[in-house]
Amino acid sequence: MSIEELKVSIKNLNVFYGEKQALFGINLNIYANEVTSLIGPSGCGKSTLIKCINRMNDLVDICRYNGQIMIDGEDINDSSTDPVSLRTRIGMVFQKPNPFPKSLYDNVAYGPRLHGMTNSKEDLDELVITSLQKAGLFNEVKDRLFEPGTGLSGGQQQRLCIARALAVNPEIILMDEPCSALDPIATAKIEELIEELKEKYTIVIVTHSMQQAARVSNRTAYMHMGELIESGLTKTIFSNPEHIKTQDYITGRIG
Amino acid sequence: MSIEFILLTIIGLSAYSFYISKKKAAAISAINGAEIHSQPYYHGMYAAFLTISPALVLLIVWSFIEDTIITMRLRDYFSDITEPSIANFYIQGVINFVDDVNSKAMDHVNFFTATEYYKSTMHLNLLLKSIVLVMLTIIALRYSFKLISADFKARDLFEDVVIKVMNIASIFAIFITIGIVLSLLFETLRFFESVPVQDFLFGTHWSPQMSIREDQVGSSGSFGAVPVFTGTILISIIAMSVAGPIGLFSAIYLSQYASNRVRSFAKPIIEVLAGIPTVVYGFFAVITVGPFFREMGIFFDIEGFSSESALIAGSVLGIMIIPFIASLTDDALSAVPRSLKEGSLAMGATLSETTTKVIIPASFHGIVGSFLLAFSRAIGETMIVVMAAGFAANLTANPFDAVTTVTVQIVGLLTGDQEFDSAKTLSAFALAFVLFFLTLILNVISLSIVKKYREQYE
Amino acid sequence: MNNILSRNNAEKRFKVYGFLAVSTAIVLLGILLFKIFSTGISAFNQSYIGVKIEINNSINSSEIDPRTELRQQLRNMFPELTTRAEKRTLYSLFSTGATYEFEDLLKANEGKTINGYYYFLASDDVDMYVKGTVKREGDSAGRLMSDQLKILDQFEEQNLVELHINKYLLAGADSREPEMAGIKGAIYGTLYAILIAFITSFPLGVLTAIYLEKLAKKNRISDIIETNINNLAAVPSIVFGLLGLAIFLNFFDLPRSAPLVGGLTLGLMTLPTIVIAARSAIKSVPPSIEEAAIGLGSSKVQTIFNFTLPLAMPGILTGTIIGIAQAIGETAPLLMIGMVAFVVDIPGGPMDPATALPVQIYLWADSPERAFVERTSAAIMVLLIFLFLLNITAVYLRKKLEKKW
Repeated sequence: MSIEELKVSIKNLNVFYGEKQALFGINLNIYANEVTSLIGPSGCGKSTLIKCINRMNDLVDICRYNGQIMIDGEDINDSSTDPVSLRTRIGMVFQKPNPFPKSLYDNVAYGPRLHGMTNSKEDLDELVITSLQKAGLFNEVKDRLFEPGTGLSGGQQQRLCIARALAVNPEIILMDEPCSALDPIATAKIEELIEELKEKYTIVIVTHSMQQAARVSNRTAYMHMGELIESGLTKTIFSNPEHIKTQDYITGRIG
Repeated sequence: MSIEFILLTIIGLSAYSFYISKKKAAAISAINGAEIHSQPYYHGMYAAFLTISPALVLLIVWSFIEDTIITMRLRDYFSDITEPSIANFYIQGVINFVDDVNSKAMDHVNFFTATEYYKSTMHLNLLLKSIVLVMLTIIALRYSFKLISADFKARDLFEDVVIKVMNIASIFAIFITIGIVLSLLFETLRFFESVPVQDFLFGTHWSPQMSIREDQVGSSGSFGAVPVFTGTILISIIAMSVAGPIGLFSAIYLSQYASNRVRSFAKPIIEVLAGIPTVVYGFFAVITVGPFFREMGIFFDIEGFSSESALIAGSVLGIMIIPFIASLTDDALSAVPRSLKEGSLAMGATLSETTTKVIIPASFHGIVGSFLLAFSRAIGETMIVVMAAGFAANLTANPFDAVTTVTVQIVGLLTGDQEFDSAKTLSAFALAFVLFFLTLILNVISLSIVKKYREQYE
Repeated sequence: MNNILSRNNAEKRFKVYGFLAVSTAIVLLGILLFKIFSTGISAFNQSYIGVKIEINNSINSSEIDPRTELRQQLRNMFPELTTRAEKRTLYSLFSTGATYEFEDLLKANEGKTINGYYYFLASDDVDMYVKGTVKREGDSAGRLMSDQLKILDQFEEQNLVELHINKYLLAGADSREPEMAGIKGAIYGTLYAILIAFITSFPLGVLTAIYLEKLAKKNRISDIIETNINNLAAVPSIVFGLLGLAIFLNFFDLPRSAPLVGGLTLGLMTLPTIVIAARSAIKSVPPSIEEAAIGLGSSKVQTIFNFTLPLAMPGILTGTIIGIAQAIGETAPLLMIGMVAFVVDIPGGPMDPATALPVQIYLWADSPERAFVERTSAAIMVLLIFLFLLNITAVYLRKKLEKKW
């Protein structure tokens, strides 16, 4: 059994949208080089939670929160933390693929150029190719690197977004229902990819599909109406949950 | 018996037609129960329509014909005059004389005979008109009344009429455009009879002063419009350099950075700039901006800073254009899907980087389109430049010089004493035609650019 | 990533530019409004000079020539002024309107003795000096010469120089004398013109919008009409003025300077705006309502006029009000069709020669007399306030519309 290294630690997180509270006292540990999935019915706060990790919720005017989120032992909400540099350590893949209306190359190169990660064109080329390879997309698009990213199929676009996220060499990758807009074949490819990526990255995936959680993740957390009901090893959650609510969800009594 | 009386009679008859037809239909439906096809109201309306339309159409046609025939007949009295525009003057004098207006035309030998003829003919005409139109209306009324029956599809017919009326209304819009094009084109072509096209388009000396006396034909002025065009462009460029940065950055700030509260407060205030009449801007240019710039000119020791300089007019024009650019650019920026913005931010880009590297490139077509539209607005603007810019055509690129614009010239040439046929007056139409054509092209290009960008997101 | 610092600085700078841009726009607006209102407010007052009037009740007022009598009264106040030049200087302090005011005074006091101080309209040069717009420099103040000032000073010492409400500005028609110039004629002219513009463009525009949106088949012709309307909306207003000149004045021979022609021209200009606004309002009516109506046996035309149109009306009216507000402020087209006449009478109807408020503003702005500056600002104030009220109405209507669904 490999050593479990704590990557992200969330303690007592409460999130409010204006007057309405969205998350209630969340406590969750996310371990390095694992896939942790967040499951639960619609509106339970999974997306909200995941967006706290890379402080994307800062973009929403009326969102306030208190509690502690630590990455590698450092509080990310501390005033000395710069959200911009925080986000370079965390990549995000969205529900609907959102490639920039630029060429495939420029999509992947966007992050590295921004952060000045490479010194020469050759280095950048190499980085783009490597990222596309890691995302399992390179072979399919290698002869159309300079065509617009919007010209790909849904599944390919999503893998492009993954490649884009990988290009900045993050430690953590957040995925917000990445396959919900894709067909089963594309979904399978992405799940394969997740399996490979977890060797090097820590992945948190929000998913609507229990089956997907069961397929890809090491740990699972079940959320319900803004509360984290239960979290643990996926095997345990699905076969032997502790809470009745978890059981109800898994057996399909509540959806 | 006047024209108003005739109209009133016809309208009255058609109202009467409505009333009796409605009554008849109601009576029929009372007998047949619910089997009548259309409600009495529709029978009434359709009958009223049938009653009034033949007379109306005939009235309009008659009015056109009578004008032409009368003018032709009157011309015979003045057959000694060969110049058509002068003959028209005399004919007009006869017509106006009936309204007790005296004119030089009274000197002519045949003048009073002509007026007698005119008076008697008009009386006859009016009498004839009234009788024919009223009779026509009465016939129409009886015919429409006969049509009413239980099976008569009055509602369908009437709704067809309504649809046709709306169809005509919508075509009217085309007529406006055709009207603009034709009236401008017509006069422009007449202008090019006296002044060659290339002189106008490429000549660099603009001095349209013409002789006042009628018999002096031949231009003593020059009509090289290049300095006028360059003046327009110079002032518009200055305006765009003021409005462009301010408008663009305002749009960026309000759409990307400002909180909803600030945005809801600041955006309407900027819109107010668009609602201020341009004559107010012109006045502002004269009493505040002009003196201010003059002070600055003295302070910075700038020589040759004209009080009617392009800089002053252009700056105020720029202020007026700010809300155009701000609002159109804001629309373009806001149309970029949020997911793109989030995607960039999630990668650790700052908001300014996201804006410059993702959002603006994504909305580029829309932004270019809005700039073109604003530029088109700037070159078509009149009052600000009339009040703040100069009248003398000056071929220069120096913003401190006084220049004139197309619109200033048009106003100058067409206000004051007008002689409708001189090259001077016609040159205004030529200028207007160029202006119309140019703004049209700019608008078409702008709209097609914006459409192309919108297709990117479909 | 060692460029984080410079990137954050760039971010801060960028944000500042944006904020500066917005502030600049707002400040410029503020300067403009401030300048207009601060110069215009003084025009609502007018300088009046008090004159001691003594008239015996036995004198019949119809036998008195107001001009000579007023001058006599003035001479009675200043018996020391003997030469013609001196007397003319005294008279010059008063406006020609003072004569009419004196006439009114006589008529009002028919058969009575008049004994007291009465105030009469001062000339515009005096007005400018009293209000402080023109400052005293040495012996003269603006166009007031030293001898005029000497007499004026005497009036002031007796506290006979006062500011009264300027009743000419809002209630009178235009005049060559700034102190008597008013905007009433221009307001009437604008009202008539706008009324006609509305009557022309509103029905035509709404019908066109309904047709294009609901009834026309999507074919080449409807495309052409649509493109046409969109292009017309962007044509410079002066071109519409020329159209009006060529067609209404030259072809149809309508009277120049009449609000009728101005109204027709403005109507043509506003038509595309109304069509576009009406289409947008009609488009936003939910199809479910129309489907329900048709399901109940309503014909297409009936559905439109009984259901769609009433629901779209707030939106249509909002757009129309905005279009009308734009038309009210237009000057160029009216210059082209000649609504520039210097008209001293208040127009009785749309066929009488008149001018419009923005044109009046333009004419006054062009006038050399100093006193016209504040009056131009005052006229602008009236125009802006009216436009403001119109736009508030439009916003209110829009809010009401949003509440519907």
